[in-house]
Amino acid sequence: MTTAPTPLWEVFVRPVRGTNHVHVGSLHASDATLALQNARDLYTRRSEGVSIWVVPSAAIVASSPDEKDPYFAPAGDKPYRHPTFYTIPDGVEHL
Amino acid sequence: MSESALSAAPAAPTADIAEYAIRLGDDALILAQRLIEWSAHAPQIEEDVALANIALDLLGQARSLLSYGGSYSGKSEDDLAFLREERRFHNVQLVELENGDFAVTMVRQLLFSAYQYELYRTLESSADSQLAAIAGKAVKEVAYHVEHAGSWVLRLGDGTELSHQRAQAALETVWPFSHELFADDELAGRIADRGVGPLPSLLRDGWLGSVQPLLTEATLTLPEDGWRPSGGRSGLHTQAFGYLLAELQHLHRSHPGASW
Repeated sequence: MTTAPTPLWEVFVRPVRGTNHVHVGSLHASDATLALQNARDLYTRRSEGVSIWVVPSAAIVASSPDEKDPYFAPAGDKPYRHPTFYTIPDGVEHL
Repeated sequence: MSESALSAAPAAPTADIAEYAIRLGDDALILAQRLIEWSAHAPQIEEDVALANIALDLLGQARSLLSYGGSYSGKSEDDLAFLREERRFHNVQLVELENGDFAVTMVRQLLFSAYQYELYRTLESSADSQLAAIAGKAVKEVAYHVEHAGSWVLRLGDGTELSHQRAQAALETVWPFSHELFADDELAGRIADRGVGPLPSLLRDGWLGSVQPLLTEATLTLPEDGWRPSGGRSGLHTQAFGYLLAELQHLHRSHPGASW
């Protein structure tokens, strides 16, 4: 008997209320409910979280390593995009 | 459990309560031992961890119950787990059944966890405060066990033709052993009279109410209630139990006091 590979899921856990869900890893599960249960067992058994998201890995669109230069390199020499680039003039209050 | 944790107990158990606690502790201990046999053998690594988690929850319950029950006669949890003979274990036969295939393991887990859920929910208001505290902690763990096993029984029963066939066969295998969970005896009667624990037979309606709809949804047919094997509560066990016990006790008996 041949079996289809079990789908892969990406797991996001929110550690405490008010913070973002953070990617913690991935796992296999045949459907969404079992993916949530597996995530609970694998990633929150030491009280790591208060909320879990699971997303089919296939649904994630990722940037390609080949596009690294056009995507990310141009930002490298533009420090003025950081607020810390600017010096605050003397006498400016409430900034 | 450490001595300091035990000293927090309001009072030592009576002989009956001690025997009752050991009985419930044996159920949890033996099923934990069965479940860890899946370690490194489960169908997926994710399920491997899930089963180990459930086994550890059960082991934790067993430790609390055996420590409390043993405190009556000055025995530790280790004395009770590792140094009793087969006939002195009072777990139901259901929990010692061999794992079989994954379907047998999951059906057994569903039937047992659903029973434990009804039991612990009632025990939360036990006249014995120590048992009430143990049940209050365990009931949350068991609610998840029911959910996990239920999810799998649903998918196996209402899955492929082959998985349905095996899930139905598993149900036929395990079902007769569920009756012992709800069998009353003298000890259970005295425990109920004193408001310490529920009469087992009174738990069956609630249990059936949670198990039956799920089995129906899983397209499984409830076996007819015919054969009702029993004896575990009085120390009579199936052939498979001796092998389980040998594996459980071997290390401690070969190297008394070993720790790591």
